Amino acid sequence: MLLTFTDCKIRFLLLFSRQGKLRLQKWFTPMTEREKKKITRDMTTMVLSRQPRSCNFLHWKDLKIIYKRYASLYFCLAIENGENELIALEVIHRYVELLDKYFGNVCELDIIFNFEKAYFILDEFLMGGEIQETSKQMVNRSIEASDMLQEGDNSEWFELELFG
Amino acid sequence: MALKIVKGSIDRMFDKNLQDLVRGIRNHKEEEAKYISTCIDEIKQELKQDNIAVKANAVCKLTYLQMLGYDVSWAAFNIVEVMSSSKFTYKRIGYLAASQCFHESTDVIMLTTNQIRKDLSSPNQYDTGVALTGLSCFVTPDLARDLANDIMTLMSHTKPYIRKKAVLIMYKVFLKYPESLRPAFPRLKEKLEDPDPGVQSAAVNVICELARRNPKNYLSLAPLFFKLMTSSTNNWVLIKIIKLFGALTPLEPRLGKKLIEPLTNLIHSTSAMSLLYECVNTVIAVLISLSSGMPNHSASIQLCVQKLRILIEDSDQNLKYLGLLAMSKILKTHPKSVQSHKDLILQCLDDKDESIRLRALDLLYGMVSKKNLMEIVKKLMLHVDKAEGTTYRDELLTKIIDICSQSNYQYITNFEWYISILVELTRLEGTRHGHLIASQMLDVAIRVKAIRGFAVAQMATLLDNAHLLTGNVQRKGICEVLYAAAWICGEFSEHLENPMQTLEAMLRPKVATLPGHIQAVYVQNAAKLFATVLKSGEGSADSTAAQEMMIERLPLFVQSANLEVQERASCILQLVKYIQKLQQKDVEIAEEVIALFAGELNPVAPKAQKKVPVPEGLDLDAWINEPPSESESEDEQPRAIFSKEEPKYSRPRHTEVDEKELAKRREVRKQEQASNPFYIKSSPSSQKVYQEGPGVEHIPVVQIDLTVPLKVPGLPMSDQYVKLEEERRQKDRADKKKKEKKKRKEKRGGGRGKKHDSGPESEEDITPAHMVDIVTEEMPENALPSDDDDKDPNDPHKALDIDLDKPLADNEKLPVRSHRAAEVLKSPTEDEDEPVVQSEETSVVAAPPTSTTSEVSDLDFWLSNAPVPSNAQEAAPVAADPVPEAASGAAPDSEPEEPKDTEAEETPMSNYCLLAENSYIKMMLEDADQVNDIQGNLQDGSQVVVSVIFENKCESFLKSMEFNVLDSLNSKLQRPEGSGAHDALSVPFQLPPGVSNEARFVFTMQSIVMPQKLKGTLTFIVKNEDSSTHEKLEFKLHFTCSSYLITTPCYSDAFAKLLESGDLKCSSVKLEGISMPFHHLLAKICFHHHFSVVERIDSCASMYSRSIQGHHVCLLVKTSEQTVSIDAKCDEPTLLGNVLDEIKQTFSQC
Repeated sequence: MLLTFTDCKIRFLLLFSRQGKLRLQKWFTPMTEREKKKITRDMTTMVLSRQPRSCNFLHWKDLKIIYKRYASLYFCLAIENGENELIALEVIHRYVELLDKYFGNVCELDIIFNFEKAYFILDEFLMGGEIQETSKQMVNRSIEASDMLQEGDNSEWFELELFG
Repeated sequence: MALKIVKGSIDRMFDKNLQDLVRGIRNHKEEEAKYISTCIDEIKQELKQDNIAVKANAVCKLTYLQMLGYDVSWAAFNIVEVMSSSKFTYKRIGYLAASQCFHESTDVIMLTTNQIRKDLSSPNQYDTGVALTGLSCFVTPDLARDLANDIMTLMSHTKPYIRKKAVLIMYKVFLKYPESLRPAFPRLKEKLEDPDPGVQSAAVNVICELARRNPKNYLSLAPLFFKLMTSSTNNWVLIKIIKLFGALTPLEPRLGKKLIEPLTNLIHSTSAMSLLYECVNTVIAVLISLSSGMPNHSASIQLCVQKLRILIEDSDQNLKYLGLLAMSKILKTHPKSVQSHKDLILQCLDDKDESIRLRALDLLYGMVSKKNLMEIVKKLMLHVDKAEGTTYRDELLTKIIDICSQSNYQYITNFEWYISILVELTRLEGTRHGHLIASQMLDVAIRVKAIRGFAVAQMATLLDNAHLLTGNVQRKGICEVLYAAAWICGEFSEHLENPMQTLEAMLRPKVATLPGHIQAVYVQNAAKLFATVLKSGEGSADSTAAQEMMIERLPLFVQSANLEVQERASCILQLVKYIQKLQQKDVEIAEEVIALFAGELNPVAPKAQKKVPVPEGLDLDAWINEPPSESESEDEQPRAIFSKEEPKYSRPRHTEVDEKELAKRREVRKQEQASNPFYIKSSPSSQKVYQEGPGVEHIPVVQIDLTVPLKVPGLPMSDQYVKLEEERRQKDRADKKKKEKKKRKEKRGGGRGKKHDSGPESEEDITPAHMVDIVTEEMPENALPSDDDDKDPNDPHKALDIDLDKPLADNEKLPVRSHRAAEVLKSPTEDEDEPVVQSEETSVVAAPPTSTTSEVSDLDFWLSNAPVPSNAQEAAPVAADPVPEAASGAAPDSEPEEPKDTEAEETPMSNYCLLAENSYIKMMLEDADQVNDIQGNLQDGSQVVVSVIFENKCESFLKSMEFNVLDSLNSKLQRPEGSGAHDALSVPFQLPPGVSNEARFVFTMQSIVMPQKLKGTLTFIVKNEDSSTHEKLEFKLHFTCSSYLITTPCYSDAFAKLLESGDLKCSSVKLEGISMPFHHLLAKICFHHHFSVVERIDSCASMYSRSIQGHHVCLLVKTSEQTVSIDAKCDEPTLLGNVLDEIKQTFSQC
């Protein structure tokens, strides 16, 4: 039912490992936990069962699924039917580049242990299912600025907590 | 106290942070659930503490657990607590958790409104950003309503970072709270021209999304987007805009014509595959919507197909896939262009990637024609043999059947071939689609009468070799075809060569192992066969043998566990025994037995039952008897094998149609049938039809070869038909040629013979092998046309179908908290410096329609900018006219204007006029229009934008175009910073031969009360293959006073107040000899001089306009007979005088 709701062009982004373990999920339309779980299960089985060297596009219900594998991680993006598949691939690639730039040679463990950072980066890149910023520098700059702000917060906190 | 804090923080240091949790989970792989439940207990403890840092840490861990699939909804309130922390670190975690965990039914969301509002107005842009990001994930209708105004304010924030996010989230707000769209839209539209590219692209994103759902409301934005499209270099933005145009063109075909050129240019030039793909898709969509309206669109289609071919040939699987996908869109309207790439698409069937193969199959479906059907199906049959994996093979099978049976077997010229294909398909191992093949066999045999003889022969062989089909356990699905085979052999048994043999095959003991519904058909049709045998020779050896066989074999079926089989078998057994008894008494009985199965079967359309109209006065919902106390569960319907042919008849209902009416209907129906070529009357001559047809002799009798068990022996290979068909067509062609030659000879004898076009064989040339009548499915009389409404009533975008051009009413304002200044909400028409709408009345009805009409007509003019050549010539000397006009606007130049150039001489109502022209280039000037944002910003009121269209008229390439104007004291061309006052501006494009493009130039005006003339030059390089020359074109820009006016709607009461105020100076003018209708006159003033009609009563109208510097101009236009008098008021008398002169000028040229 919710899937017929055409809210935004990118519906969700999932990152999962070769073993089908979810590493990151971003839903651009609100959904109940049950729906999320079902879709995640469908996506992992569908994408993982693809033959190697197949094309990166799938049709699922009324959506197009675009996935790409980077090392041990699958990035899986669902877009509306009228959308451009190649742009979706570029979105995935751009996100990987952003992660790579932030973590420096990103690997699955970086995302597992710093999953909130991965979300923050994503939030600066996409918003509400739309591309928010197409410039890599701009995304990096706002992430750096937010992190600086956070560090300022933290040092302050330590002083207060330990010596106040 | 201090100790408690220290203790707390030490505790905290021993707490697990996120990294510890992740590590812990990884170390407890075997008992993950148990480990996590202890972790959740710890988290619950942490959440109870007062320390916000501890809470935030706990919430962060919960967010991780939520991703692993654990329910954390119980912590929703704690998430809100963390969100409201004043520290960015925690706030960030809180909002992240909320965006991951909250959804519309999370009830704590309503507690967040004030917190979010506080964050939105935070001085720290990152606080605001985090709140906007979070909100975009969980915005509810309530939040949207309460925060719409705050977010709208943020769209004008000083930081582009915030503007960008605010613009994007506005789309979500519109969806949840559609009422916000109209008040917010003007500001959103403004953002299309935001100086920050990020904000601009966000605005493009949002408006494109809105427009794609409800395109008609956004048609008026097309010129703006067109400009963006031709100027933007950001591919992401370009793709969006191009997609939007794809949605707009079906509504406005002229737009499509305008688009084709820039799009094909992009297709030629871009290196980005995503952009290329988008352009190709849009060009296809545009061409489809234009249908045949474009004269030379075949070139564009050819270009698309060519580019798609390159994609399909690429080694990248993704491009291959998309190429095929786009190809299928072209196929629908331009099948010929795609058909020539058949080879390439057939190649794709060999691809390793299944999704590519399936795409190629889809394409093939649309590519078949009478000419190539056999060839394509032959290729597919080869693939069926090769295919690995049943899913793909089944897919192939259904596709073959789809391809052949599409549009009522339109492409099949030889049904014998098709039957052989179906029979060959029965060899497929483990297919699920036995029933599909069966229903095709039945359908063809029933509807194509000429083929029955052949079909019956084939089916008889199939029945004879049934053991090959049923031998294997895996082949369960395929035995469904025996159902069809048995029925066809029985029903059309008169065609059987050897009915005895078939009867024997149908009564073999092995039949008892088949599924029940098939056995039942076997038994029933054995009886039909028996009747035929009896008829062929009563008392002959055959008929006695048949009788004995029936009596001997039927008892096996009488014992069947299947009720249907049992019932039929015992019935028929008794019947045969009775016949035997009668025959022993020498009673002739064959005729009576055959009468049991007499009658013609006609197929019935699948929806026939649904379409029977309900007779008048019949209420199907009314109870006939007292309603039962409990509802009974309905019996499950058994699955019918050919649901297509057997619609379920409902119980006959008693209707009050009298006999007369029925008789009348019958009569009408008979007449209809008589005139319907597809309806075949039950004529006894059907057998003859077949005997005349060729083809029976082609059934080869092949030796039964038991070493290849999967081939049904004795059946013709379909390939033979391909060859035969080819020969036949060749012969046909030869025959035709001969005939034509003959004809030509005859004609030549008579006089001139027309040249005959002996091109490649066209579709119509292929005659079918048989005279085939395809029986159409029957429909009940008075069938109702189906009107299926497939619009989804749940589509949230329906709510956003809002007319954005209508002026805003007061009751449409966004809800604002009372202490907030409300000015931000004012719509363009309610601007502060507009005395117009300061009246308190909320007169929605009185809203002037002019703003809409003017926008619509603007679009019209934009779309019809193609100049008429004859006019251009007429106007040409004007530009060359050396008028000694002083260019300085400072001198009070009040002498009457010389004949106003070009504009009025143009066809009435065109926005562009010729500026200058020579043999190389033509410059068209758009009626200068004002850059002035809708809210009437007076600081920008001194700017005028001039759009010039440059058209290359010669065969050479034009480049390095430079535009320069001699500035006057009053008006200056805006040049980029750092350049000198006399430097030329380079035109940002080059012109290939025959191409035109538009550039805009901004001028700054000191005073606007006087018209202006500026001299200018355009220099450019004409580049030929071997040489290049510098060329120069002089022109004169004419800024009329009317061009400083902006069409501004005005309410009549405000207009009255304005006149009463007494600040305005008066002036008037009389026009004689005006013969045009009054509304034309008004339209002319509106169009050429940018006025809007305030009110019109009979032959009297009040009009209003406003200058870019805020002068009010009011007109009262009266007409009597051929005289028009215009009384005018304005707060600037010089301006008024000039405007009136210009109006006079306009009409003196009519």
